[in-house]
Amino acid sequence: MSGRRIFARPARFAAIAPYLWMVLFFLVPFAFVLKISLSQTAIAQPPYVPLFDLTAGWEALRAAFAALSPDNFKLLGSDDIYVFAYVRSLTVAVTATALLLLIGYPVAYGMARLPTRWQAVAMVLVIVPFWTSFLIRIYAWINILQHDGLLNQILLALHLVSQPVVWLSTDTAMYIGIVYSYLPFMILPLYATLAKMEPALEEAASDLGAPPWQVFWLVTFPLSLPGVGAGVLLCFIPIVGEFVIPDLLAGSNSLMIGQTLWLEFFTNKDWPVASAAAIVLLMVLLVPLLLYERVQKRQLEQGR
Amino acid sequence: MRKVSRLSRFNIASLALGLAFLYLPILILVIYSFNASRLVTVWGGWSLRWYHEFFNDRAMIEAAWMSLRVAVSSATIATLLGTLAAVALSRGERFRGRTLFSGMLYAPLVMPEVITGLSLLLLFVALNAERGFWTVTIAHTTLTMCFVAVVVQSRLGSLDRSLEEAAMDLGCDPVRAFVAVTLPLIAPAIVAGWMLAFTLSLDDLVIASFTTGPGSAPLPIRIYSEVRLGVKPEINAICTLVIALIAVVIVIASLASKLTSSQGESAAPL
Repeated sequence: MSGRRIFARPARFAAIAPYLWMVLFFLVPFAFVLKISLSQTAIAQPPYVPLFDLTAGWEALRAAFAALSPDNFKLLGSDDIYVFAYVRSLTVAVTATALLLLIGYPVAYGMARLPTRWQAVAMVLVIVPFWTSFLIRIYAWINILQHDGLLNQILLALHLVSQPVVWLSTDTAMYIGIVYSYLPFMILPLYATLAKMEPALEEAASDLGAPPWQVFWLVTFPLSLPGVGAGVLLCFIPIVGEFVIPDLLAGSNSLMIGQTLWLEFFTNKDWPVASAAAIVLLMVLLVPLLLYERVQKRQLEQGR
Repeated sequence: MRKVSRLSRFNIASLALGLAFLYLPILILVIYSFNASRLVTVWGGWSLRWYHEFFNDRAMIEAAWMSLRVAVSSATIATLLGTLAAVALSRGERFRGRTLFSGMLYAPLVMPEVITGLSLLLLFVALNAERGFWTVTIAHTTLTMCFVAVVVQSRLGSLDRSLEEAAMDLGCDPVRAFVAVTLPLIAPAIVAGWMLAFTLSLDDLVIASFTTGPGSAPLPIRIYSEVRLGVKPEINAICTLVIALIAVVIVIASLASKLTSSQGESAAPL
Protein backbone atom coordinates (compact mmCIF):
# COMPACT_ATOMS: atom_id res chain seq x y z
CA MET A 1 0.00 0.00 0.00
CA SER A 2 1.44 3.33 -0.93
CA GLY A 3 1.88 5.04 2.39
CA ARG A 4 1.91 8.66 1.42
CA ARG A 5 -1.45 8.93 -0.22
CA ILE A 6 -3.52 6.70 2.00
CA PHE A 7 -6.52 9.00 2.04
CA ALA A 8 -6.07 9.88 -1.58
CA ARG A 9 -9.41 8.89 -3.01
CA PRO A 10 -11.83 9.95 -0.26
CA ALA A 11 -9.81 13.09 0.33
CA ARG A 12 -10.40 14.03 -3.25
CA PHE A 13 -14.12 14.15 -2.58
CA ALA A 14 -13.49 16.47 0.33
CA ALA A 15 -12.57 19.11 -2.21
CA ILE A 16 -16.00 19.20 -3.83
CA ALA A 17 -17.87 21.46 -1.40
CA PRO A 18 -15.11 24.05 -0.81
CA TYR A 19 -14.28 23.99 -4.51
CA LEU A 20 -17.82 24.80 -5.57
CA TRP A 21 -18.06 27.47 -2.86
CA MET A 22 -14.91 29.24 -4.01
CA VAL A 23 -15.89 29.05 -7.68
CA LEU A 24 -19.29 30.54 -6.94
CA PHE A 25 -18.24 33.19 -4.42
CA PHE A 26 -14.70 34.02 -5.47
CA LEU A 27 -14.22 33.29 -9.16
CA VAL A 28 -17.65 34.00 -10.63
CA PRO A 29 -17.91 37.44 -8.94
CA PHE A 30 -14.85 38.57 -10.91
CA ALA A 31 -16.77 37.86 -14.10
CA PHE A 32 -19.41 40.27 -12.87
CA VAL A 33 -16.81 42.90 -12.02
CA LEU A 34 -15.40 42.57 -15.52
CA LYS A 35 -18.84 42.72 -17.11
CA ILE A 36 -19.94 45.80 -15.21
CA SER A 37 -16.62 47.55 -15.73
CA LEU A 38 -17.43 47.41 -19.45
CA SER A 39 -20.95 48.77 -19.20
CA GLN A 40 -22.37 52.27 -19.03
CA THR A 41 -23.16 54.24 -15.93
CA ALA A 42 -26.83 55.00 -15.39
CA ILE A 43 -28.92 56.75 -12.79
CA ALA A 44 -30.88 53.72 -11.79
CA GLN A 45 -31.01 50.98 -9.21
CA PRO A 46 -28.57 49.22 -9.61
CA PRO A 47 -26.73 52.15 -11.18
CA TYR A 48 -25.58 50.72 -14.49
CA VAL A 49 -27.11 49.70 -17.79
CA PRO A 50 -27.52 45.94 -17.74
CA LEU A 51 -25.38 44.62 -20.52
CA PHE A 52 -27.19 41.55 -21.61
CA ASP A 53 -30.02 39.41 -20.57
CA LEU A 54 -29.64 35.73 -21.27
CA THR A 55 -33.38 35.38 -21.79
CA ALA A 56 -33.34 37.87 -24.67
CA GLY A 57 -31.85 35.38 -27.05
CA TRP A 58 -28.79 35.10 -29.20
CA GLU A 59 -29.30 38.24 -31.29
CA ALA A 60 -29.61 40.42 -28.22
CA LEU A 61 -26.51 38.82 -26.78
CA ARG A 62 -24.53 39.67 -29.88
CA ALA A 63 -25.79 43.24 -29.81
CA ALA A 64 -24.75 43.43 -26.16
CA PHE A 65 -21.23 42.29 -26.93
CA ALA A 66 -21.02 44.91 -29.63
CA ALA A 67 -22.00 47.51 -27.02
CA LEU A 68 -19.19 46.58 -24.62
CA SER A 69 -17.16 49.71 -24.20
CA PRO A 70 -13.72 50.30 -22.75
CA ASP A 71 -14.79 53.87 -21.87
CA ASN A 72 -14.39 53.34 -18.14
CA PHE A 73 -10.85 52.14 -18.60
CA LYS A 74 -10.07 55.08 -20.89
CA LEU A 75 -11.40 57.35 -18.17
CA LEU A 76 -9.10 55.72 -15.62
CA GLY A 77 -6.12 56.26 -17.88
CA SER A 78 -6.90 59.85 -18.80
CA ASP A 79 -8.19 61.25 -15.53
CA ASP A 80 -5.35 62.43 -13.31
CA ILE A 81 -7.22 61.52 -10.13
CA TYR A 82 -6.99 57.82 -10.90
CA VAL A 83 -3.45 57.86 -12.23
CA PHE A 84 -2.33 59.75 -9.13
CA ALA A 85 -4.23 57.34 -6.91
CA TYR A 86 -2.45 54.32 -8.40
CA VAL A 87 0.93 56.01 -8.19
CA ARG A 88 0.28 57.07 -4.60
CA SER A 89 -0.91 53.58 -3.61
CA LEU A 90 2.26 52.04 -4.98
CA THR A 91 4.48 54.69 -3.36
CA VAL A 92 2.79 54.29 0.01
CA ALA A 93 2.99 50.49 -0.22
CA VAL A 94 6.69 50.51 -1.12
CA THR A 95 7.58 53.02 1.63
CA ALA A 96 5.48 51.26 4.25
CA THR A 97 6.85 47.83 3.33
CA ALA A 98 10.41 49.17 3.60
CA LEU A 99 9.61 50.66 7.02
CA LEU A 100 8.04 47.38 8.12
CA LEU A 101 11.12 45.44 7.07
CA LEU A 102 13.39 47.90 8.86
CA ILE A 103 11.36 47.71 12.09
CA GLY A 104 10.27 44.09 11.87
CA TYR A 105 13.66 42.57 11.14
CA PRO A 106 15.38 43.51 14.44
CA VAL A 107 12.35 42.29 16.40
CA ALA A 108 12.25 38.97 14.53
CA TYR A 109 16.01 38.64 14.94
CA GLY A 110 15.72 39.25 18.68
CA MET A 111 12.97 36.63 18.89
CA ALA A 112 15.03 34.04 17.03
CA ARG A 113 17.90 34.51 19.46
CA LEU A 114 15.82 34.04 22.59
CA PRO A 115 16.15 30.75 24.49
CA THR A 116 13.74 28.24 22.93
CA ARG A 117 11.31 28.40 25.84
CA TRP A 118 10.94 32.15 25.49
CA GLN A 119 10.60 32.00 21.73
CA ALA A 120 7.14 30.46 22.00
CA VAL A 121 6.08 33.16 24.47
CA ALA A 122 7.41 35.92 22.21
CA MET A 123 5.58 34.42 19.25
CA VAL A 124 2.27 34.42 21.10
CA LEU A 125 2.93 38.04 22.16
CA VAL A 126 3.43 39.06 18.53
CA ILE A 127 0.37 37.14 17.30
CA VAL A 128 -2.12 38.33 19.93
CA PRO A 129 -2.40 41.93 18.61
CA PHE A 130 -3.15 40.44 15.21
CA TRP A 131 -6.24 38.85 16.73
CA THR A 132 -7.57 42.10 18.14
CA SER A 133 -9.60 44.14 15.75
CA PHE A 134 -7.97 46.06 12.95
CA LEU A 135 -10.39 48.96 13.35
CA ILE A 136 -9.80 49.07 17.09
CA ARG A 137 -6.06 49.30 16.62
CA ILE A 138 -6.45 52.26 14.25
CA TYR A 139 -8.87 53.85 16.69
CA ALA A 140 -6.32 53.40 19.45
CA TRP A 141 -3.91 55.51 17.45
CA ILE A 142 -6.51 58.22 16.84
CA ASN A 143 -6.78 58.42 20.64
CA ILE A 144 -3.05 58.97 20.90
CA LEU A 145 -2.49 61.21 17.90
CA GLN A 146 -5.46 63.58 18.16
CA HIS A 147 -4.97 67.26 18.91
CA ASP A 148 -5.23 66.92 22.70
CA GLY A 149 -4.10 63.31 22.65
CA LEU A 150 -1.48 61.61 24.74
CA LEU A 151 1.42 62.17 22.35
CA ASN A 152 0.94 65.93 22.23
CA GLN A 153 0.48 66.04 26.00
CA ILE A 154 3.76 64.23 26.52
CA LEU A 155 5.60 66.40 24.00
CA LEU A 156 4.21 69.54 25.64
CA ALA A 157 5.06 68.35 29.12
CA LEU A 158 8.63 67.61 28.07
CA HIS A 159 8.81 71.05 26.42
CA LEU A 160 9.82 69.43 23.15
CA VAL A 161 7.18 71.48 21.35
CA SER A 162 5.57 74.76 22.33
CA GLN A 163 2.14 74.02 20.87
CA PRO A 164 0.29 70.84 19.89
CA VAL A 165 1.52 69.24 16.69
CA VAL A 166 -1.02 68.23 14.07
CA TRP A 167 -0.60 64.46 13.70
CA LEU A 168 -3.97 63.30 12.44
CA SER A 169 -4.72 63.65 8.73
CA THR A 170 -1.04 63.48 7.86
CA ASP A 171 1.03 60.90 6.05
CA THR A 172 3.04 60.35 9.24
CA ALA A 173 -0.10 59.18 11.03
CA MET A 174 -0.96 56.92 8.10
CA TYR A 175 2.48 55.30 8.08
CA ILE A 176 2.30 54.77 11.84
CA GLY A 177 -1.09 53.11 11.38
CA ILE A 178 0.07 50.88 8.53
CA VAL A 179 3.28 49.81 10.27
CA TYR A 180 1.37 49.15 13.47
CA SER A 181 -1.31 47.05 11.77
CA TYR A 182 0.94 45.01 9.51
CA LEU A 183 3.93 44.47 11.82
CA PRO A 184 2.95 40.93 12.88
CA PHE A 185 2.64 39.95 9.21
CA MET A 186 6.24 41.02 8.67
CA ILE A 187 7.70 39.63 11.90
CA LEU A 188 6.24 36.11 11.69
CA PRO A 189 7.67 34.95 8.33
CA LEU A 190 11.00 36.61 9.16
CA TYR A 191 11.11 34.88 12.51
CA ALA A 192 10.21 31.54 10.91
CA THR A 193 13.29 31.60 8.65
CA LEU A 194 15.62 33.16 11.22
CA ALA A 195 14.71 30.57 13.86
CA LYS A 196 15.48 27.71 11.47
CA MET A 197 18.90 29.12 10.65
CA GLU A 198 21.92 27.15 11.81
CA PRO A 199 23.72 29.31 14.44
CA ALA A 200 26.99 27.58 13.60
CA LEU A 201 27.09 29.47 10.30
CA GLU A 202 27.17 32.85 12.03
CA GLU A 203 29.66 31.56 14.58
CA ALA A 204 31.93 30.26 11.86
CA ALA A 205 31.89 33.63 10.12
CA SER A 206 32.80 35.49 13.28
CA ASP A 207 35.45 32.89 14.22
CA LEU A 208 37.02 33.58 10.85
CA GLY A 209 37.25 37.23 11.81
CA ALA A 210 34.21 38.90 10.28
CA PRO A 211 32.95 41.90 12.26
CA PRO A 212 29.31 41.63 13.39
CA TRP A 213 27.88 43.80 10.60
CA GLN A 214 29.66 41.67 8.02
CA VAL A 215 28.38 38.48 9.62
CA PHE A 216 24.91 39.92 9.37
CA TRP A 217 25.20 41.25 5.85
CA LEU A 218 27.10 38.33 4.30
CA VAL A 219 25.60 35.40 6.21
CA THR A 220 22.42 36.12 8.16
CA PHE A 221 20.61 38.40 5.74
CA PRO A 222 21.12 36.36 2.55
CA LEU A 223 19.98 33.22 4.38
CA SER A 224 16.83 34.97 5.58
CA LEU A 225 15.78 36.10 2.11
CA PRO A 226 12.89 33.59 1.81
CA GLY A 227 11.38 35.07 4.96
CA VAL A 228 12.00 38.59 3.69
CA GLY A 229 10.21 37.72 0.46
CA ALA A 230 7.20 36.20 2.22
CA GLY A 231 6.92 39.12 4.67
CA VAL A 232 7.25 41.74 1.93
CA LEU A 233 4.52 40.14 -0.20
CA LEU A 234 2.25 39.56 2.78
CA CYS A 235 2.41 43.28 3.58
CA PHE A 236 2.80 44.91 0.17
CA ILE A 237 -0.22 43.41 -1.60
CA PRO A 238 -2.94 44.34 0.90
CA ILE A 239 -1.38 47.75 1.62
CA VAL A 240 -1.74 48.76 -2.05
CA GLY A 241 -5.51 48.33 -1.78
CA GLU A 242 -5.77 49.57 1.81
CA PHE A 243 -8.83 51.65 2.59
CA VAL A 244 -9.45 52.00 6.33
CA ILE A 245 -6.05 53.26 7.45
CA PRO A 246 -5.57 56.07 4.91
CA ASP A 247 -9.23 57.00 5.27
CA LEU A 248 -9.04 57.44 9.04
CA LEU A 249 -5.47 58.63 9.52
CA ALA A 250 -4.28 60.38 6.32
CA GLY A 251 -5.44 63.68 4.91
CA SER A 252 -8.07 63.76 2.20
CA ASN A 253 -6.10 65.73 -0.41
CA SER A 254 -4.39 62.74 -1.99
CA LEU A 255 -6.25 59.46 -2.07
CA MET A 256 -5.09 55.89 -2.43
CA ILE A 257 -6.78 53.67 -4.98
CA GLY A 258 -8.78 51.79 -2.35
CA GLN A 259 -10.27 55.11 -1.24
CA THR A 260 -11.02 56.22 -4.82
CA LEU A 261 -12.77 52.95 -5.51
CA TRP A 262 -14.79 53.32 -2.30
CA LEU A 263 -15.69 56.91 -3.19
CA GLU A 264 -16.79 56.02 -6.72
CA PHE A 265 -18.85 53.18 -5.39
CA PHE A 266 -20.54 54.58 -2.28
CA THR A 267 -20.55 58.35 -2.87
CA ASN A 268 -20.69 58.79 -6.64
CA LYS A 269 -22.61 55.55 -7.16
CA ASP A 270 -20.57 54.97 -10.29
CA TRP A 271 -20.37 51.19 -10.19
CA PRO A 272 -18.87 50.73 -13.67
CA VAL A 273 -15.94 53.03 -12.92
CA ALA A 274 -15.44 51.42 -9.51
CA SER A 275 -15.39 48.00 -11.20
CA ALA A 276 -12.89 49.19 -13.79
CA ALA A 277 -10.71 50.56 -10.97
CA ALA A 278 -10.88 47.17 -9.26
CA ILE A 279 -9.86 45.37 -12.45
CA VAL A 280 -6.88 47.67 -12.94
CA LEU A 281 -5.88 47.23 -9.28
CA LEU A 282 -6.04 43.47 -9.77
CA MET A 283 -3.83 43.73 -12.85
CA VAL A 284 -1.30 45.82 -10.93
CA LEU A 285 -1.22 43.19 -8.19
CA LEU A 286 -1.24 40.15 -10.46
CA VAL A 287 2.51 39.54 -10.45
CA PRO A 288 2.99 39.91 -6.66
CA LEU A 289 -0.17 37.81 -6.15
CA LEU A 290 1.18 34.96 -8.27
CA LEU A 291 4.53 35.18 -6.48
CA TYR A 292 2.80 35.07 -3.12
CA GLU A 293 0.78 32.03 -4.15
CA ARG A 294 3.92 30.15 -5.08
CA VAL A 295 5.54 31.02 -1.74
CA GLN A 296 2.44 29.96 0.20
CA LYS A 297 2.12 26.73 -1.75
CA ARG A 298 5.75 25.79 -1.31
CA GLN A 299 5.53 26.49 2.39
CA LEU A 300 2.39 24.42 2.97
CA GLU A 301 2.97 21.60 0.58
CA GLN A 302 6.63 20.84 1.03
CA GLY A 303 7.25 17.20 1.69
CA ARG A 304 4.55 16.02 -0.65
CA MET B 1 30.75 23.16 22.19
CA ARG B 2 30.70 26.64 23.59
CA LYS B 3 27.54 27.82 25.19
CA VAL B 4 27.50 31.61 25.03
CA SER B 5 24.44 33.76 25.28
CA ARG B 6 23.52 34.66 21.73
CA LEU B 7 21.28 37.43 22.96
CA SER B 8 22.92 40.80 22.52
CA ARG B 9 21.82 44.02 24.15
CA PHE B 10 20.60 45.18 20.76
CA ASN B 11 18.41 42.09 20.47
CA ILE B 12 16.78 42.71 23.84
CA ALA B 13 16.23 46.40 23.15
CA SER B 14 14.60 45.80 19.75
CA LEU B 15 12.37 43.08 21.18
CA ALA B 16 11.25 45.25 24.08
CA LEU B 17 10.61 48.26 21.86
CA GLY B 18 8.76 46.16 19.31
CA LEU B 19 6.46 44.63 21.89
CA ALA B 20 5.89 47.99 23.60
CA PHE B 21 4.93 49.46 20.24
CA LEU B 22 2.44 46.65 19.70
CA TYR B 23 0.83 46.79 23.14
CA LEU B 24 0.94 50.36 24.46
CA PRO B 25 -1.74 51.84 22.15
CA ILE B 26 -4.22 49.10 23.05
CA LEU B 27 -3.42 49.50 26.74
CA ILE B 28 -4.01 53.24 26.56
CA LEU B 29 -7.31 52.68 24.76
CA VAL B 30 -8.47 50.29 27.48
CA ILE B 31 -7.42 52.61 30.32
CA TYR B 32 -9.24 55.59 28.83
CA SER B 33 -12.43 53.58 28.46
CA PHE B 34 -12.64 53.75 32.26
CA ASN B 35 -12.09 57.49 32.36
CA ALA B 36 -14.99 59.33 33.99
CA SER B 37 -14.26 62.47 32.02
CA ARG B 38 -15.40 63.01 28.47
CA LEU B 39 -12.09 64.65 27.61
CA VAL B 40 -9.03 62.62 26.86
CA THR B 41 -6.91 65.42 28.33
CA VAL B 42 -8.46 65.12 31.75
CA TRP B 43 -8.33 62.05 33.93
CA GLY B 44 -11.61 62.19 35.81
CA GLY B 45 -11.12 59.05 37.87
CA TRP B 46 -12.21 55.45 37.23
CA SER B 47 -15.75 54.95 36.09
CA LEU B 48 -17.99 52.54 34.23
CA ARG B 49 -20.01 55.41 32.81
CA TRP B 50 -19.22 54.68 29.15
CA TYR B 51 -20.05 51.00 29.49
CA HIS B 52 -23.39 52.07 30.89
CA GLU B 53 -23.87 54.36 27.93
CA PHE B 54 -23.11 51.53 25.51
CA PHE B 55 -25.58 49.15 27.11
CA ASN B 56 -28.27 51.80 26.77
CA ASP B 57 -27.45 52.45 23.11
CA ARG B 58 -29.96 50.28 21.31
CA ALA B 59 -28.52 50.77 17.83
CA MET B 60 -25.04 49.75 19.02
CA ILE B 61 -26.37 46.71 20.86
CA GLU B 62 -28.28 45.63 17.77
CA ALA B 63 -25.16 46.06 15.65
CA ALA B 64 -23.10 44.05 18.13
CA TRP B 65 -25.73 41.31 18.15
CA MET B 66 -25.72 41.10 14.36
CA SER B 67 -21.91 40.97 14.32
CA LEU B 68 -21.89 38.12 16.82
CA ARG B 69 -24.46 36.12 14.84
CA VAL B 70 -22.58 36.67 11.59
CA ALA B 71 -19.26 35.77 13.23
CA VAL B 72 -20.56 32.53 14.76
CA SER B 73 -22.35 31.32 11.62
CA SER B 74 -19.66 32.30 9.13
CA ALA B 75 -16.88 30.88 11.33
CA THR B 76 -18.74 27.58 11.63
CA ILE B 77 -19.37 27.18 7.90
CA ALA B 78 -15.83 28.39 7.13
CA THR B 79 -14.31 25.86 9.53
CA LEU B 80 -16.20 23.02 7.87
CA LEU B 81 -15.31 24.06 4.33
CA GLY B 82 -11.76 25.13 5.21
CA THR B 83 -10.99 21.83 6.93
CA LEU B 84 -12.32 19.86 3.96
CA ALA B 85 -10.20 21.98 1.64
CA ALA B 86 -7.08 21.45 3.77
CA VAL B 87 -7.62 17.68 3.83
CA ALA B 88 -8.12 17.59 0.08
CA LEU B 89 -4.96 19.61 -0.53
CA SER B 90 -2.64 17.79 1.83
CA ARG B 91 -3.97 14.23 1.59
CA GLY B 92 -5.78 13.98 -1.71
CA GLU B 93 -4.26 12.75 -4.91
CA ARG B 94 -3.82 15.26 -7.70
CA PHE B 95 -7.12 16.14 -9.24
CA ARG B 96 -8.04 18.28 -12.19
CA GLY B 97 -8.16 21.93 -11.23
CA ARG B 98 -6.00 21.46 -8.15
CA THR B 99 -3.82 24.44 -9.02
CA LEU B 100 -6.90 26.59 -9.52
CA PHE B 101 -8.27 25.31 -6.21
CA SER B 102 -5.19 26.19 -4.17
CA GLY B 103 -4.95 29.48 -6.02
CA MET B 104 -8.50 30.37 -5.07
CA LEU B 105 -7.74 29.45 -1.46
CA TYR B 106 -4.53 31.44 -1.08
CA ALA B 107 -5.43 34.57 -3.06
CA PRO B 108 -8.08 35.92 -0.64
CA LEU B 109 -5.49 35.91 2.18
CA VAL B 110 -3.81 38.96 0.67
CA MET B 111 -6.42 40.22 -1.82
CA PRO B 112 -7.33 43.85 -1.04
CA GLU B 113 -10.68 43.77 0.72
CA VAL B 114 -12.18 46.42 -1.55
CA ILE B 115 -11.89 44.03 -4.49
CA THR B 116 -13.38 41.05 -2.65
CA GLY B 117 -16.20 43.20 -1.28
CA LEU B 118 -17.06 44.84 -4.57
CA SER B 119 -17.03 41.59 -6.54
CA LEU B 120 -19.27 39.81 -4.04
CA LEU B 121 -21.72 42.69 -4.00
CA LEU B 122 -22.00 42.63 -7.79
CA LEU B 123 -22.71 38.90 -7.60
CA PHE B 124 -25.44 39.40 -4.99
CA VAL B 125 -27.01 42.18 -7.05
CA ALA B 126 -26.94 40.01 -10.16
CA LEU B 127 -28.56 37.17 -8.22
CA ASN B 128 -31.12 39.61 -6.87
CA ALA B 129 -30.35 38.45 -3.34
CA GLU B 130 -31.73 40.47 -0.47
CA ARG B 131 -28.73 41.99 1.28
CA GLY B 132 -28.32 41.65 5.01
CA PHE B 133 -27.37 38.92 7.46
CA TRP B 134 -26.94 36.12 4.91
CA THR B 135 -24.99 38.04 2.31
CA VAL B 136 -22.51 39.25 4.94
CA THR B 137 -22.26 35.72 6.34
CA ILE B 138 -21.52 34.27 2.89
CA ALA B 139 -18.93 36.98 2.22
CA HIS B 140 -17.17 36.37 5.53
CA THR B 141 -17.26 32.61 5.02
CA THR B 142 -15.54 33.03 1.66
CA LEU B 143 -12.74 35.09 3.20
CA THR B 144 -12.24 33.20 6.45
CA MET B 145 -12.39 29.62 5.11
CA CYS B 146 -9.08 30.38 3.41
CA PHE B 147 -7.48 31.22 6.75
CA VAL B 148 -8.93 28.05 8.29
CA ALA B 149 -7.58 26.01 5.37
CA VAL B 150 -4.07 27.40 5.86
CA VAL B 151 -4.06 26.80 9.63
CA VAL B 152 -5.38 23.22 9.30
CA GLN B 153 -3.16 22.46 6.33
CA SER B 154 0.00 23.45 8.17
CA ARG B 155 -1.01 21.17 11.03
CA LEU B 156 -1.73 18.30 8.64
CA GLY B 157 1.65 18.86 7.04
CA SER B 158 3.49 18.50 10.35
CA LEU B 159 1.59 15.37 11.33
CA ASP B 160 3.33 12.03 11.53
CA ARG B 161 1.68 10.01 8.79
CA SER B 162 2.74 6.68 10.16
CA LEU B 163 -0.15 6.96 12.65
CA GLU B 164 -2.66 7.09 9.82
CA GLU B 165 -0.86 4.32 8.04
CA ALA B 166 -0.96 2.17 11.17
CA ALA B 167 -4.71 2.62 11.46
CA MET B 168 -5.14 1.62 7.84
CA ASP B 169 -2.85 -1.38 8.25
CA LEU B 170 -4.95 -2.45 11.22
CA GLY B 171 -7.99 -2.53 8.98
CA CYS B 172 -9.59 0.88 9.18
CA ASP B 173 -11.07 2.17 5.99
CA PRO B 174 -9.81 5.63 5.04
CA VAL B 175 -12.83 7.47 6.41
CA ARG B 176 -12.66 5.68 9.76
CA ALA B 177 -8.93 6.19 9.97
CA PHE B 178 -9.48 9.88 9.37
CA VAL B 179 -12.21 10.20 11.99
CA ALA B 180 -10.46 8.06 14.59
CA VAL B 181 -6.85 9.15 14.13
CA THR B 182 -6.39 12.29 12.05
CA LEU B 183 -9.33 14.32 13.30
CA PRO B 184 -8.36 14.22 17.00
CA LEU B 185 -4.80 15.15 16.04
CA ILE B 186 -5.80 18.17 13.99
CA ALA B 187 -8.57 19.22 16.40
CA PRO B 188 -6.44 21.99 17.98
CA ALA B 189 -5.84 23.49 14.55
CA ILE B 190 -9.54 23.26 13.73
CA VAL B 191 -10.40 25.04 16.98
CA ALA B 192 -7.76 27.69 16.29
CA GLY B 193 -9.12 28.05 12.76
CA TRP B 194 -12.64 28.63 14.05
CA MET B 195 -11.41 31.24 16.50
CA LEU B 196 -9.42 33.01 13.80
CA ALA B 197 -12.44 33.00 11.47
CA PHE B 198 -14.62 34.31 14.31
CA THR B 199 -12.33 37.24 15.13
CA LEU B 200 -11.74 38.10 11.47
CA SER B 201 -15.47 38.25 10.87
CA LEU B 202 -16.07 40.30 14.02
CA ASP B 203 -13.44 42.74 12.80
CA ASP B 204 -14.31 43.19 9.17
CA LEU B 205 -15.45 46.61 8.00
CA VAL B 206 -14.76 46.79 4.27
CA ILE B 207 -16.34 43.57 3.01
CA ALA B 208 -19.33 44.01 5.32
CA SER B 209 -19.86 47.57 4.04
CA PHE B 210 -20.16 46.29 0.50
CA THR B 211 -22.30 43.27 1.19
CA THR B 212 -24.75 44.44 3.83
CA GLY B 213 -28.06 46.02 2.99
CA PRO B 214 -29.75 49.15 4.25
CA GLY B 215 -30.92 48.96 7.84
CA SER B 216 -28.61 46.21 9.04
CA ALA B 217 -25.11 47.29 9.98
CA PRO B 218 -22.68 45.08 11.87
CA LEU B 219 -20.67 46.63 14.71
CA PRO B 220 -17.53 47.66 12.76
CA ILE B 221 -19.64 49.75 10.38
CA ARG B 222 -21.27 51.55 13.34
CA ILE B 223 -17.91 52.04 15.04
CA TYR B 224 -16.42 53.33 11.82
CA SER B 225 -19.11 55.95 11.28
CA GLU B 226 -18.67 57.12 14.90
CA VAL B 227 -14.87 57.15 14.67
CA ARG B 228 -15.01 59.35 11.58
CA LEU B 229 -16.66 61.98 13.77
CA GLY B 230 -13.88 61.83 16.35
CA VAL B 231 -12.94 60.08 19.57
CA LYS B 232 -15.81 59.18 21.87
CA PRO B 233 -15.25 57.43 25.22
CA GLU B 234 -18.19 55.16 24.47
CA ILE B 235 -16.27 53.78 21.50
CA ASN B 236 -13.33 53.09 23.83
CA ALA B 237 -15.71 51.08 26.01
CA ILE B 238 -17.06 49.08 23.05
CA CYS B 239 -13.54 48.42 21.80
CA THR B 240 -12.49 47.25 25.26
CA LEU B 241 -15.45 44.84 25.34
CA VAL B 242 -14.50 43.47 21.92
CA ILE B 243 -10.88 43.05 23.06
CA ALA B 244 -12.09 41.26 26.20
CA LEU B 245 -14.25 38.94 24.09
CA ILE B 246 -11.33 38.15 21.80
CA ALA B 247 -9.07 37.57 24.82
CA VAL B 248 -11.58 35.04 26.18
CA VAL B 249 -11.68 33.37 22.76
CA ILE B 250 -7.88 33.14 22.65
CA VAL B 251 -7.70 31.67 26.16
CA ILE B 252 -10.33 29.05 25.25
CA ALA B 253 -8.46 28.26 22.05
CA SER B 254 -5.16 27.74 23.80
CA LEU B 255 -6.79 25.68 26.57
CA ALA B 256 -8.56 23.56 23.96
CA SER B 257 -5.36 22.96 22.06
CA LYS B 258 -3.55 22.03 25.29
CA LEU B 259 -6.27 19.56 26.22
CA THR B 260 -6.62 17.90 22.86
CA SER B 261 -3.06 17.96 21.66
CA SER B 262 -1.47 14.70 22.72
CA GLN B 263 2.05 15.93 22.09
CA GLY B 264 1.44 18.98 24.23
CA GLU B 265 2.41 21.36 21.48
CA SER B 266 0.06 24.21 20.87
CA ALA B 267 -1.57 24.82 17.54
CA ALA B 268 -0.08 27.65 15.57
CA PRO B 269 -2.70 30.38 15.51
CA LEU B 270 -1.50 31.47 12.11
